[in-house]
Amino acid sequence: MTALQKKSDNPIAHLSAEDIELLGKQLDEIRQEVLEARGESDAAYIRKVISVQRKLELGSRAVLLASIFPPAWIVGTAGLSVAKILENMEIGHNILHGQWDWMRDPKIHSTTWEWDHVTPAEQWKHSHNELHHTYTNVIGKDNDLGYGIMRVDEDQPWHPFFLVQPFWNFVNACFFEYGIAAYDLELGANIKRKKTKDPEFKARVSQVLKKVRKQATKDYLVHPALSLPTGSFLPTLAANFTANIVRNLWSHSIIMCGHFPEGVETFEKRSIDGETRGEWYLRQMLGSANISGGKAMHVMSGNLSHQIEHHLFPDLPSNRYAEIAPKVRELFEKNGLNYHSAPFPKQVASAWHKVIRLSLPNGWLATTNAKNAVPQLKMLYTMTTGGPRVRRAAQARLNQQARRASQAA
Amino acid sequence: MSTVALPSTTSRTAIAAPTARTLRQRLRRFAEAAVTPLELDDVLDVFHPLRSGAELRGRIVAVHPETADATTLVIKPGKDWAGHVPGQYVRIGVDVDGVRLWRTYSLTHGPRADRCISITVKAIPDGVVSNHLVHRVRPGTMLQLGQAEGDFVLADPMPGKLLMVTAGSGITPVIGMLRSLFSRAERVRADIVVLHSALSRSEVIFGDELRRYAAEGRLRLVELHTDVDGMLDVADLDTIVPDLAERTTYACGPVGLLDALEQHHTERGLALHIERFRSAVVVTGEGGTVSFGRTGTLVEAAGDTPILDAAEEAGVLMPSGCRMGICFGCVLPLRSGAVRDLRNGALTVANPGETGDGGVLIQTCVNAAAGACDIDH
Repeated sequence: MTALQKKSDNPIAHLSAEDIELLGKQLDEIRQEVLEARGESDAAYIRKVISVQRKLELGSRAVLLASIFPPAWIVGTAGLSVAKILENMEIGHNILHGQWDWMRDPKIHSTTWEWDHVTPAEQWKHSHNELHHTYTNVIGKDNDLGYGIMRVDEDQPWHPFFLVQPFWNFVNACFFEYGIAAYDLELGANIKRKKTKDPEFKARVSQVLKKVRKQATKDYLVHPALSLPTGSFLPTLAANFTANIVRNLWSHSIIMCGHFPEGVETFEKRSIDGETRGEWYLRQMLGSANISGGKAMHVMSGNLSHQIEHHLFPDLPSNRYAEIAPKVRELFEKNGLNYHSAPFPKQVASAWHKVIRLSLPNGWLATTNAKNAVPQLKMLYTMTTGGPRVRRAAQARLNQQARRASQAA
Repeated sequence: MSTVALPSTTSRTAIAAPTARTLRQRLRRFAEAAVTPLELDDVLDVFHPLRSGAELRGRIVAVHPETADATTLVIKPGKDWAGHVPGQYVRIGVDVDGVRLWRTYSLTHGPRADRCISITVKAIPDGVVSNHLVHRVRPGTMLQLGQAEGDFVLADPMPGKLLMVTAGSGITPVIGMLRSLFSRAERVRADIVVLHSALSRSEVIFGDELRRYAAEGRLRLVELHTDVDGMLDVADLDTIVPDLAERTTYACGPVGLLDALEQHHTERGLALHIERFRSAVVVTGEGGTVSFGRTGTLVEAAGDTPILDAAEEAGVLMPSGCRMGICFGCVLPLRSGAVRDLRNGALTVANPGETGDGGVLIQTCVNAAAGACDIDH
């Protein structure tokens, strides 16, 4: 991936400023249609999901009271995992976006909702709604691109440190909610800038720690203690831990699929100066990818399977994305743009492929095959152990090889 | 002996009570820890929304049409309903097309044996809430409730001679008073005149019931039907009610009637109690003065400028986010007034007393003032 503006075959070169403004107007019309249709059935939908989720969670936790019995452990853990996923994705994420604020129900409102996640809703809303959704896929502005710990673009110079990024990515996936918390705190940047003594930062850290404590007390103390009468303290603790990991792995995968598969565009910082609404829409269209699938996939992903529609209209109720998707897709086709959509396994594989590819020097993965594996590994070893000059020289050779390979093809 | 026994009983309860409270509090704390980040009430609401300790709600148990455009709703309120005095009103939050809207309605019964309350709603043209309540709600629907409010109630002790002047749906608080009086085991010895004005005979809400009371000799009923008798003119009061000066008047109806009556009674020094249903209509012009309640700042905002920009230009520190209507980082409560969504022209109105206590939350980055508005910030 290279920032769109540096690409030789810029995918939006064929669009004039008028085309882009027209596109913006047409998208505004789609939005308006949903606003006008939005009503009782939508309200009934979110209330139903919330009610089902609460009953599923309570039911699963009740089953786990006897989690010493393996069937109970399996049923309870599966149910709790699904409940936690629903709570974070279809309910929490979307309510915190303000998708349901129009109902004016203070119980289901972005300003009052708190979710089953170690990041306090308030901090997440800032980093997600304001930063990620405004600066989607702009390198250096959108921290969702690699969460500040990964190499996400060819233009970022390679360093041996990045060799472990697939491992980092996996660890981040397992403990994703903590990763998000650290990232909402801008922990890395604040440590680097020595701002950790800043009272405002300290206040936010203490908010996070308070939330972590509450979450951990619930999952690892209160519910295990309730299971004591059946001798299920440890099995319940393990079940809750497992459900949290399952939820983390799932949400991490869904989010990777949204912006990370091969072919999704990134943008240069200065390209968004003075961006019009039409251009903003266009960036969202090119910077997001959908997951194709059935109703279950959509609900379990919080309708982020319609990531493109979500990024165009982050404040529309999630249950409406499926119905506008064909209209959005039509606009992509009319304008000769690539509507990036593929089944879940394919998108996950594609995203992981990119993580691995970028963990290696540019062009290394593409130029390596069974025949030249030994010299290639040798070169990688030299690049890893050598200094910057060695790396530069080796990189030049790699670039040459990659050019030849592409010319031959 | 009793002097010895009393203190010992008192001290026993004094010790026992805090312990019981603490145990209850501890159990609650434990339950809260088990359901965080939800509150225990959120979980209990799933199963029993009308329990004691819940936010006050009610379930509609019966819907009775009164006239072509008026309907009585019988509501079973939550356990914490504190009761009411006939003549009072209640704030009702109802979801219309998925949007929670608040209105106030007079209670049309005294306290009932079945603990239910009732309101009678008349559909007004273009009335979003009234038309929904009259024509669309079904038994089983949940409503949000406030506690009963209002001082339009019969004085205690009750005046011997009463005049009730009502028009249209203005009969609703008065029927509550009458029903309560007439349901007492002991027959009430009061001299009551009900002067009711309605568009036509068929439009009289509770017409049969009022005529029955009149036939039973419980009150004197004077009906004025606009289609044949014309509008009620306060100048005719002396003719209709010759002993007007001896009576305490209770009146409820349209603003014009009430204003005229107020002037009429004040000039003659007569006792008058008035119930007004609605405050003045919000002006929906473009642009206006935005006042920020907490700081007392006043900002002149143009009709094409987001309130956020106008306020910031005037030096008000505002919460803000994406400035394009997607992140909801700029949301603030509108206490009163109207704003217009610059993206589609949609109008959002806040009426104090009707809109919930918190006002209506608006995105300041995409809404412009449409008339004077008051924002809680």
